[in-house]
Amino acid sequence: MAGYSLQEMMAIIAAREIKDTDIVLCGTGISMLAALAAQKITAPGVSIFFESGVVDVKFAQTPLSLADPRIMNGAIRLAGLAESLSLLQNHTTGPNVISILGAAQIDIYGNLNSTSIGDFSKPKVRFSGSGGACDIGSLAGQFWVFMDLGKKRFVEKVDYLTTPGFLDGAGARERAGLPGGGPAMVITNKACFRFDDASKKMYLHSFYPGFTPEAIQEEMCFQVDLSRAKEAEPPTEHELHILRTECDPERMVLKG
Amino acid sequence: MEANAKLMSMTDAVKKYVHDGAVISFGGFSATQCPMAAAHEIIRQGVKDLHVVVCSNGQAVDELVGAGCVAGIELAYGGNGRFASTCFRFRSAAQSGELKVEDYSNYHMTLRFMAGAMGMPFLPTYSGLGTDIVKKWRYGEEDRRHDPRLPVKKLVLMGNPFNRNGGGEQVLLVPALMPDVTIIHAQKADVLGNARITGLIYADVEQAKAAKNLIITCEEIVETDELRKDPELNQILGFQVSAVVKVPWGSYPCAVYGCYDYDPWFLRDFYPKVAKDDSEWRKYLDAYVYGVANREEFLNLIGMERVERLRADKTIGYNPVLNRS
Repeated sequence: MAGYSLQEMMAIIAAREIKDTDIVLCGTGISMLAALAAQKITAPGVSIFFESGVVDVKFAQTPLSLADPRIMNGAIRLAGLAESLSLLQNHTTGPNVISILGAAQIDIYGNLNSTSIGDFSKPKVRFSGSGGACDIGSLAGQFWVFMDLGKKRFVEKVDYLTTPGFLDGAGARERAGLPGGGPAMVITNKACFRFDDASKKMYLHSFYPGFTPEAIQEEMCFQVDLSRAKEAEPPTEHELHILRTECDPERMVLKG
Repeated sequence: MEANAKLMSMTDAVKKYVHDGAVISFGGFSATQCPMAAAHEIIRQGVKDLHVVVCSNGQAVDELVGAGCVAGIELAYGGNGRFASTCFRFRSAAQSGELKVEDYSNYHMTLRFMAGAMGMPFLPTYSGLGTDIVKKWRYGEEDRRHDPRLPVKKLVLMGNPFNRNGGGEQVLLVPALMPDVTIIHAQKADVLGNARITGLIYADVEQAKAAKNLIITCEEIVETDELRKDPELNQILGFQVSAVVKVPWGSYPCAVYGCYDYDPWFLRDFYPKVAKDDSEWRKYLDAYVYGVANREEFLNLIGMERVERLRADKTIGYNPVLNRS
């Protein structure tokens, strides 16, 4: 088995879950590489789009923002925010969209904060804000989260609820009137979590080689069910080769 | 009206349409098509107390905030892609409390401009139900009563009146925006203001059509007959435009699809260094904004040799051999 970075592991864990008929809305970091890897390995039919309005991308160089000219060349449609975000709310398309997000904080129900830490009116730390994340969390068929483990990030209560997960538990999304399906996976640098069908609480689904469920729990402020966890399969030579040479050959996202 | 009456210099356009305290909107998205030449002219003229309304404009808003031109901002995203996960001057001004930030999502802001463009007071969406975007208001109802620039409420929940069961299901109403002035950077325009944006259009068109005054800055002025050849590619209508300004490289260091790439040196190596340090930031403004009279002088200071290297390959829209590492 060749060496691999934890970032590469994250991308491959996500890529394996993407199916041929999926429509994937992603950002410009590892989430985009995961979608590209899926497209090149197991799911050639997958459509990738971005909230900036670019649909079914086919680019030759890694874009550095959702508006990078590199993202535009070769796409099937260049539109704008109104069209791309309406796709999420569209009653036939929205349920088929998987979206991949990042955030600064997450809680046990998969609620995300990408706005601020501390009092929001004079924050201790200010982040970018929602962008399209709130729209995606509200409307997409499902969303996945990419973030590193850590007690500052996996918290009891998010300082600002930017993107709705399961809010305060089972039935809460329905009560609030959110049409989207909510979070399905949280992919970190050491483990992957999913959400219990009944309680809507996060549980440990798999841990990467070299890490234990107990050590992973140590890096979170809330307790998760560890009993269902299995060790994840590391990336294969083939998966790594495609990811490195075809998805990010210039190493704009993957660091050496 | 004279055919060329709207064609003016950046100095005149800003002097005429961008006033202290104005509600102002900028087109573009993160590091693409931000109207940077206009932003610098606004800074140079010392415009104060602007109320900025944007979706995800990265670079122009960050520099305006850093120069102290902005008192409040309603936005979706204050980052700049992989160049800045959070824009540097935006972050420090928000943290110090000197900048009031009212948070919405990209869809909210787009719908708000769309409502303004449609001449309606609001539009509905499901996005944001149950979140702090609905619960937390930076401008309270009291602030809003006293400031005519702000809608009287941040947003409103309403039962769907068309629901068969009598309105149980909730929708969120977001209030219309009608900026005093919107500034959009396009690839091509004619002297009347008819304009063509090539590539992604973000929320530029909604922002443009919602505005009371619209300034189009452009890379190139073309004959109206050229725009008539492919009318389906034109988005901006001349009769909605107040001023047209020709400003080549008007979005540098941001990219303009089909014209030039973004400058990785400026955005990744140079800007974070100056923007993260208050005294370096002052020096930057003194040298690169206050210290020059116009765009040409700014570009000469950056170095035209550097700028020319960003020129795009016309067939793919960017520079494929640009050094981005």
